[in-house]
Amino acid sequence: MSGSYDVLIVGVGGQGTILASNILGEACLIEGKSVRGAETHGMAQRGGSVETHIRIDGKFGPLISPGTADLIVSFDLLEALRYSHFLKEGGVIITNIETIIPTSAFQHDADVPGQEDILNLLSGRDVITVDAAALALEAGTILTQNVVMLGAAAPYLPLAVESLKEAVRRSVPPKTVDTNLKAFDLGRGAPE
Amino acid sequence: MATRYMLGNEVIAHACCEANIDFASGYPGTPSSEVIDILRTQDVRDFYVEWSVNEKVALENALAAAWTGVRSLATMKHVGLNVAADPLMTSAYTGVTGGLVILSADDPYAHSSQNEQDSRRYALFAKIPCLDPATVREAGAMMVEAFSLSEEFGLPVLFRPTTRICHSKSDVEPGEVGSDHRTGHFERNPQQYVVIPAHTRVLHKKLNEKQAPVARALVEKGVNTAVVKGTTGIIAGGIAASYVRELLPENVSFAKIGGYPIDPDWLAAFVGQHDKILVVEELSPVIEEAVRMVAAYTIIRGKMDGYLPHEGELDPASVASAMKKAGIIPLRDFPQVTPVPDIPRRPPILCAGCGHRSVFYAIKRVFKDGIFPSDIGCYTLGIQLGVVDTTICMGASITVGSGIYRSGEERDIVCTIGDSTFLHTGIQGLLNAVYNGANMTVVILDNRITAMTGHQPNPNTGVTATGVESPPVSLEAICRSCGATYVERVSSYDLTQCLEAMKAAKARKGVKVIIAYQPCVINARRAGIRRKSFTVDPDVCTGCKTCVRFGCPAIEFHDDKASINELCSGCSVCAQICPTGAIRMEGKK
Ligand code: SF4
Ligand code: SF4
Repeated sequence: MSGSYDVLIVGVGGQGTILASNILGEACLIEGKSVRGAETHGMAQRGGSVETHIRIDGKFGPLISPGTADLIVSFDLLEALRYSHFLKEGGVIITNIETIIPTSAFQHDADVPGQEDILNLLSGRDVITVDAAALALEAGTILTQNVVMLGAAAPYLPLAVESLKEAVRRSVPPKTVDTNLKAFDLGRGAPE
Repeated sequence: MATRYMLGNEVIAHACCEANIDFASGYPGTPSSEVIDILRTQDVRDFYVEWSVNEKVALENALAAAWTGVRSLATMKHVGLNVAADPLMTSAYTGVTGGLVILSADDPYAHSSQNEQDSRRYALFAKIPCLDPATVREAGAMMVEAFSLSEEFGLPVLFRPTTRICHSKSDVEPGEVGSDHRTGHFERNPQQYVVIPAHTRVLHKKLNEKQAPVARALVEKGVNTAVVKGTTGIIAGGIAASYVRELLPENVSFAKIGGYPIDPDWLAAFVGQHDKILVVEELSPVIEEAVRMVAAYTIIRGKMDGYLPHEGELDPASVASAMKKAGIIPLRDFPQVTPVPDIPRRPPILCAGCGHRSVFYAIKRVFKDGIFPSDIGCYTLGIQLGVVDTTICMGASITVGSGIYRSGEERDIVCTIGDSTFLHTGIQGLLNAVYNGANMTVVILDNRITAMTGHQPNPNTGVTATGVESPPVSLEAICRSCGATYVERVSSYDLTQCLEAMKAAKARKGVKVIIAYQPCVINARRAGIRRKSFTVDPDVCTGCKTCVRFGCPAIEFHDDKASINELCSGCSVCAQICPTGAIRMEGKK
């Protein structure tokens, strides 16, 4: 046992995985838990596939090895598939139901698996899908999809909802706190 | 101070403030850039900070500052240290008065780099101490230590974090920011600062005499530590030490290397107490070579006998598997898993509306059969558009171009280089190409910023690192004074202008320069520039995919028609390309 709860947040550069990591880290501080994280900076952030590792109660290195993540939170369905091998036996994937089709696939007429294909490929896993765009729009802006996804992940995290909400308050720009809290709550109600 | 969730580079920058830093310089490079970015954006700042034009310049500036007695820092990525290698090697001879720390951030796995070189080798080569943190927290404490170590021995200290330190986060309780600043005073001392042969021979001897005391100090200060627990042991350094710690069984000895040079007597004493030692480190076998040098009867396992890889980065699973192979049972088990095969790749891509894309498009149209040396920046992504044939290091587009020309190659040569890279080390290549009569076209992709590394200003931006307005630099004037036969400035978004300039350049002999200007879209957006987005009229679109091949991430293709999504930044170039006129500005008919 590692003693830490390991969360992999994945998505497409620009979707706000780093903010999501900051919120989880802040929630750990609020609860006095130790935490380690590793992020993608640099070139991959230009629309590439990005991953953020967070080890809640982590005391050693920040990296999560394949096959050991307790939870994968994916902002894009195709990315959920790409990183699904990181999930441990019995772990949970919470993913946005939508996918951004890679531009290179349009350019080169490459086949991209559709929603159903991806869900089939993930069928052996415990997968929860979220319509992040719809909920984010309901909250007030499409830009809150990352916080919607965190809300959806909340029941699985070893962190109290109040700590997560306080972390959202501390981490997002002051003017957007209400919208983001709404997004978080809508996300929390989302999983069926 | 309260505990915070901090990025490694933030912790390092904060530690510099705790250590009363007086002077900081650097050139951006992933994963090092945030250190200067954080220092330069402090609300209260009572030290000097600059983005220098390249790493050699940054280090020479910082070295001089340290000669005057102030505490100084020079930051760069590992390959930047190559550029700074000239002053580095001799700075060890001259030594310093104020503490000088050279931060060279390594990038195992080459997440954002052209190679995986190991900066520890440079420290050993230059004979200066090197500190190699294992955790984000330790990076802070070590940075403070680095300044005192530098002053204690009068030597520059190389501080070598890796990507997984720089871009990792941890709960950290930062120390108090210092306010004890010094003012530089240059004490004339030619024997130390003028390295003519007579002086340098003496200085070299002095440098060599410092080596053993430094190595001993690193043990005394607890930078290198060892605990004996059994007859088997692990020695690890850098971030690999934290992977080992998580997996280390109770009865296995552990030595952690945080600093170099390693004291051979201390190391021999530890190794000698064990039957078997596994050495775990990323990249080069620096620790392992030292261990093998002192091992008499102990079996040594590591990279050199295939227990661990020489390349890439490690993770807990790869360390666990090396431990198992070496007969040490790790505390955790890792399942064998494989990724789902054949998932379409999602490489990084130039932003929607990036001016580079249209310039590449124009180059491709005019120079169909051309050869395209390129350089280091966002525009290296032009490889996806087939307009990047070579990239080796900063500034090497123009030099590679002139080299290919002088080899007798007869096809057109078109180099692409960003403004920051041109000012970094591109100018010399241009001067040389003109001087030696090359025949080629140089396209300067001028977006007024160092974009790839996080949008740092450069002399072409018009402001300094701290936001002070700087004298304007004219790229045209620089190119003209180098002797270029044709210098033309175009707007990257004006395809007709770009094509005309390319054709004119193609028709001429000599070194021709086209400066294609358009601010980086991310920066433009931050500055409040908004353009109306574009839309595809589905009734006019014939589904020819000309715009799709252009490769803008705002353009999609569904049900045989192109469409434009919310990423569109309104550059208008796709509308100029569309053969049927189906793309229009939103709201226009
Ligand atoms: S960050 Fe700027 S320079 Fe880089 S791809 Fe985007 S628009 Fe182009
Ligand atoms: S105008 Fe066309 S090329 Fe430019 S950003 Fe919009 S969709 Fe992309």
